[in-house]
Amino acid sequence: MAQAADTAKTTYQGQMHLLQKEIMGRYFERMTRAAEQGDGKAVFMLISGNPVELMHAFDLIPVYPEIDALQLAVKKAALPFIQKAEEIGYSMDNCAYVKADVGLFLGDRKTPFATIPLPSLILCNYVGCNVYLQWFEHLAEYCDGQLYNLDIPFMRDPSGKPSKEDVHYVVRQLEEVIEICERITGKSLDWAKLKRIVGLSGETGALWAKIKGLTKHVPSPFDNYFDSVTMMAPLYCLRGTEDGLRFFQTALAEMEEKVRTGQGPLPEERFRFVIEGPPPWPYLRTFRDLFARWGAVAVASTYSTVGGLWEFGFKHDPDRPLESIAEHMLQWNVTNRNFLQRYEQIHRYIKEWQADALVIHSVKSCRLFSAGQGDMREYFTKELGIPTLLIESDLEDPRYFSEAQIKNRIDAFFESLEHRKMVRGAAPAGASA
Amino acid sequence: MIYAAGIDVGSTQTKGVILDEQRRIVARALGMTGANVTRAAENCFNEALKLAGIERAAVRYVVGTGYGRYKVTFGDAQITEISCHARGAYYLFPNTKTVIDMGGQDAKGIRVGEGGEVKDFVMNDKCAAGTGRFLGSAAEALLLNLDDIGPISLKARNPVRLTTVCTVFVESDIMSYLAQNKKIEDILGGVHSAIAARTVSLIRRVGIEPEITFTGGVSRNVGMVRALEDKLGLKLNVSPDAHYVGALGASLFALERALAAVSGPGSEVPSSTRNPELEAGN
Repeated sequence: MAQAADTAKTTYQGQMHLLQKEIMGRYFERMTRAAEQGDGKAVFMLISGNPVELMHAFDLIPVYPEIDALQLAVKKAALPFIQKAEEIGYSMDNCAYVKADVGLFLGDRKTPFATIPLPSLILCNYVGCNVYLQWFEHLAEYCDGQLYNLDIPFMRDPSGKPSKEDVHYVVRQLEEVIEICERITGKSLDWAKLKRIVGLSGETGALWAKIKGLTKHVPSPFDNYFDSVTMMAPLYCLRGTEDGLRFFQTALAEMEEKVRTGQGPLPEERFRFVIEGPPPWPYLRTFRDLFARWGAVAVASTYSTVGGLWEFGFKHDPDRPLESIAEHMLQWNVTNRNFLQRYEQIHRYIKEWQADALVIHSVKSCRLFSAGQGDMREYFTKELGIPTLLIESDLEDPRYFSEAQIKNRIDAFFESLEHRKMVRGAAPAGASA
Repeated sequence: MIYAAGIDVGSTQTKGVILDEQRRIVARALGMTGANVTRAAENCFNEALKLAGIERAAVRYVVGTGYGRYKVTFGDAQITEISCHARGAYYLFPNTKTVIDMGGQDAKGIRVGEGGEVKDFVMNDKCAAGTGRFLGSAAEALLLNLDDIGPISLKARNPVRLTTVCTVFVESDIMSYLAQNKKIEDILGGVHSAIAARTVSLIRRVGIEPEITFTGGVSRNVGMVRALEDKLGLKLNVSPDAHYVGALGASLFALERALAAVSGPGSEVPSSTRNPELEAGN
């Protein structure tokens, strides 16, 4: 069984993957041209609730240092950059995304995928992480660049909704960002163009929501963690463009076809799980295989909603462009939501996506995102009786990943789930674990 | 007669158990793991066969467990030691609801359900604080034999408060207490108490429900048993076979599968794996 799963693992390469290669290739070429020939201007932003629509409206190139860092990690090229940052004084415990990016930034900014341009604007669009604030401040200091800190209020109300004042507060700041972009580009904002882009974003988000809803099917047509995270690049870099829209149209058609023919990412779907936390990028394949050998498919993930949460009804509205960008930044991305909302999101996934279990991958170098995951584990196991596994490594730093230890925990967890299934199979329906 | 074996290849030691079809332990073997993991497993298995006085062919099924389980190349299946410790503890003490397992590199808490199934578990992460290695480092720093530090710790009158449970830094901590002329038994009392505190807070995450069975190599240390009982305010089950619980659990899984293979398909639903000696009222 394990062997079959290993050899057949996730070999699907559809039109969508070719298209993704093409459109992301163009995006990275654009970055390199800006860096090497001065053709185009770049804005650095963060993934969480990114206002990419504004950048496209000014034809500015959105560059995400987080994506640069994770691409380095996936290509197993992050460690020398991390060590370079540690050499100049960043601590071992510091966010490894920050260190990889700083190490890269202080060198020639050449990576296996693109040369990273210097930013015309460093736009810190997420303040939920104080380390991120300082990351962008450091970058601004290193290149003597222009920094703007968008102050996005956290969803502190139990209702999980922003107040009218919150929305107004963010819109006012977006207007200031528009003024800065006008100065950088020497062009006034074309409102009709912005509306068109926000409309494209709305359509893209709706397609993405539909795609993610398909994993409610049994078997799930794709892995809503390992496959979803690879679709995040077009979602964050190209949302609001024709290329981005075309990608998600193609992806939806291909995934719907898989549902029709009953295909999943693995030869046999034996377990369905929900996962919280980012993947260990340097060991993405290894990590995925640890689940694949158990026939375990992630049917939903919170990490794939870091940049935006579209599956519960949010849609960008071209008639309210700035307001809907503000609402996206405030309410519709997992990182700006409070813990009760995070619990509710996971619980909905478990119920509506019919999952057997929850897996939490905690990140050693990000205490901010990981804080509270111990309580989360306790809540789901003890209050809700949902089998929950908490494992820990890192999203970027390969030194924190111990395959033997992680494998041991994953194996033990699925052994116990398998045992429960066997016992339940023999017991009358409705028996609880 | 059908026999089955469990081989537990731990980070420090390799343990083997052979059961007969009546679920009686017919042999136990123990060796150091070392660099050649497959050979350590083979040696341990051969030793157990010799002690049982049976041929290799009589053993129908072998389950490997522990970190080196995939190196038990002659084994028929691999099962994590988490499942095996739960199963083994349940065999020895059928009222077990919680298992505390302390080995060379790991400390674990396991919540055990009916039949010895794992309901939930937690382990120390990425750090050997609070494990057997910590005790090993403390013994080395004091130039004592590992087996002696438990009994010595029981003599502590004023145990020191260790500021670290770090396996690397414990040696310098101990040095500083020696420099303050603290008594060795008080230092060791502090060492045991520090690990017990850390372990109990780990175990609380799965919930502490009696009876609690203490397994793994460290359970042979009387000082650790006492320190944990003091922190928990509860008695612990400790078997003379505590060291072999992982291998025992593996052998129980192995026997189940060996018997299922004999009685045909459909008989693989986990059966009760109670200890026949206990059931016979011994």
